[in-house]
Amino acid sequence: MSQYGSGSGSVAAPPAPAGGDGSTGAGGRRRPRRGSASGIKGRQGLWGWLFVSPMVLVLGLFLLLPIGMALWVSLLNWDGQSNPFTGAADFVGTDNYSNVLATDGLDRTLFMTSVRNNLYFVLLAVPLQTILALALAVAVNSRRVKGKSLFRTIFYFPSVTSSIAISTVFLFLFQGSGAVNALLKWVGITGPKWFTDANGLVWTILGGLGIVDPDKPTAALASNGFLGLSWWDWLSGPSIAMCTVIMLIVWTSSGTYMLIFLAALQDVPAELEEAALLDGANRWQSFRNVTIPALRPVIFLVVTLGLIGSWQIFDAVYVMSQGAPGNTTLTPAFLSYTAGFGDSEYGRAAAIAFILLAIIMVMTLIQRVLLRDRDKPVRAGRRFGAVRRRAS
Amino acid sequence: MKKNRAATAAAVCGALLIAGCSSDFGSDSGAEQDSSEKQKLTVMIGSSGDAETNAVKAAAAAWAKKTGNTVTVVPAQNLDQQLGQSLAGGKPPDVFYVGSSVFANYAKGNSLYAYGDKLTDKDDFSATLRNSFSYEDKFVCAPKDSSTLGLAINTKMWKAAGLTEADYPKSWDDLTKVAKELTTDKVSGLVVNSSYNQLGPFLKQAGGWITNADQTEITADSPENVEALTYVKKLLNDGVLTYPKQVDAGWGGEAFGAQKAAMTIEGNWLTGAMTNDYPDVDYTVVPLPKGPADQGTLSFSTCWGVANKSSHRDAAVSLVEAFTTAEQQVTFADAYGVMPSRTSALATYEKRHPQDKAFVDGSAYAQGPVTLPGFTKVLEQFDTDLAGLAKADPRKILGDLQTNGEQVLKSNG
Repeated sequence: MSQYGSGSGSVAAPPAPAGGDGSTGAGGRRRPRRGSASGIKGRQGLWGWLFVSPMVLVLGLFLLLPIGMALWVSLLNWDGQSNPFTGAADFVGTDNYSNVLATDGLDRTLFMTSVRNNLYFVLLAVPLQTILALALAVAVNSRRVKGKSLFRTIFYFPSVTSSIAISTVFLFLFQGSGAVNALLKWVGITGPKWFTDANGLVWTILGGLGIVDPDKPTAALASNGFLGLSWWDWLSGPSIAMCTVIMLIVWTSSGTYMLIFLAALQDVPAELEEAALLDGANRWQSFRNVTIPALRPVIFLVVTLGLIGSWQIFDAVYVMSQGAPGNTTLTPAFLSYTAGFGDSEYGRAAAIAFILLAIIMVMTLIQRVLLRDRDKPVRAGRRFGAVRRRAS
Repeated sequence: MKKNRAATAAAVCGALLIAGCSSDFGSDSGAEQDSSEKQKLTVMIGSSGDAETNAVKAAAAAWAKKTGNTVTVVPAQNLDQQLGQSLAGGKPPDVFYVGSSVFANYAKGNSLYAYGDKLTDKDDFSATLRNSFSYEDKFVCAPKDSSTLGLAINTKMWKAAGLTEADYPKSWDDLTKVAKELTTDKVSGLVVNSSYNQLGPFLKQAGGWITNADQTEITADSPENVEALTYVKKLLNDGVLTYPKQVDAGWGGEAFGAQKAAMTIEGNWLTGAMTNDYPDVDYTVVPLPKGPADQGTLSFSTCWGVANKSSHRDAAVSLVEAFTTAEQQVTFADAYGVMPSRTSALATYEKRHPQDKAFVDGSAYAQGPVTLPGFTKVLEQFDTDLAGLAKADPRKILGDLQTNGEQVLKSNG
């Protein structure tokens, strides 16, 4: 508070003499200044509120108020056919949340299935798209590559194309007799029926190695479970169909993240890398020890954005699979949509949305802890310093 | 001080906004009725295409001319979602399509005006159809049309396999036999949607069904149902029955039209799709085979819902009356290939469309869909499980359906 006060006071002071309140400003140099400053600050506060009011109104009207209303709806058993803000509303407390999280039944099984699917989606899509985006950015940033702007445009193209259009194209590419399988046939591989294959990746790979039979779940895993899903289901990994969705998302989103990395790469001082090279570091070492640490805040940004985007995946699922096959592409966002508009259970839909919000927040926090710069700032500074000293 | 003022201002703004919003929702019960001479009505339909939209528009215009009212027909892109929004917003269209999957939800939510008993000659609608659109023993809304399932056969492939009319399958064994004979490297003998809407007849044919007759009990895990799904599973594992997605088709009709299937189980909407998309494919429709118990098929329909909140309910009912006269239904049937819901119109229909005899005959013994509030997700889960039937245990699938269904029934009270 005091910081705010003194800060704004000092900022407010200069225009004071020119303003209409010149008399108070001239009233004295020593103490009265405080009074004049607070008067101006008061007015300034008013103006400030006036200037931000359009945004406050827009945010309040289209963001805060709907969130508040949704929170209220998540506590109701509301079928969407009456006014939820009257006494007639059927208030059920936290039943919607407990149905989805605690009570054994279809609602929980569906939700937990969707969480499992999305968890695997995040585990694969976020690292893949970050690494791909970084690789693309480094490639495009390289001084030796010609026609960089062409490549930049090509790599960025999927990100600006409508996701609905891309999803539809993917549907055709990954048909049983589609282009991808035709290509695989050329090299002698019989491709799977991508969008109809509900088998988990983990069991498929282990089955391929002859360790387990994907069609006959191990009794110990199948008969025991956690939160309404058997261990066999939890550990199955993303289905083949989900892998297709993951490929699509990695491909479309890496362009945007490439741009972010590119901007950051251009901020990494060239002399640092040169110094490292002079020091005898090879390209990989200089990338690993100079470029990556310099990019750390941007990596955090990209991973966070990727995490949030991945937990909200909806459009690709809506267009390509609607949760099929075997609910293996069901995501919490899509489940929330079907619960609301399909089953008319808007309370459950809103509850799922809020649980999703909580998941995203927790995941972001965990990731923040994991990506915290542990050897910062002393050692990183020292490393740079050492390099710089020796270079000079 | 300042903060407080701002907070108060925000709170007042918020309160005003909420008040504004809630006033828009209107009252929850029926609306005040408009009694003027010329009323303006809105009809929202989930149209199958231009043919249907134009037919409904023409019928609405004829009624409007006769009565002096005005009618706007709105074809919805996504009917369930758009209706959901307008019902939640308190300003639903006066007349709209209600599919049987959402009927119970709307009826339970008191959104539908129960006018069924006011209709002239309501017994002309078959008992199955009236049951499908009754809620708590009240006949709520008039069935728009009706559909039943039949077995469509590609005549060319049928002949090529050396089969004749005498071989039309009469029993499950016959079906297995002809499906095997029709299956080649490129063609699947039988392609059926992996949904209870198309596989449901097998449950009926075995003598089972998902619920009892008056939908007060779930009877999913009965031995009859297990027998039915075991039979379907065997067909799947023999490779003579495939699901559309396995042959890169969206639904049974597409696989059938693209000649990837020699037979399919679909309703009379197949007729329209075949005429429009695959006019060169010759086919014939025969009744579904008898199972161990009896004949069985499913009937589907949509009804003309009148909104409880409409302020033109009498005019809306009069409009629905005009939409459901026997003559109008035959006109609709000619325009976009649906079957009339009035029994009196069915005879005319059969005369004009002799190739659809199997569909018409089916309506005599067809089973209506499950119309329990909140049951949509249970049936969707059942469909998901059916898609994996080839590798799953029918007992487990039906057991899950039983548990899930009972849970919904219990929570409905």
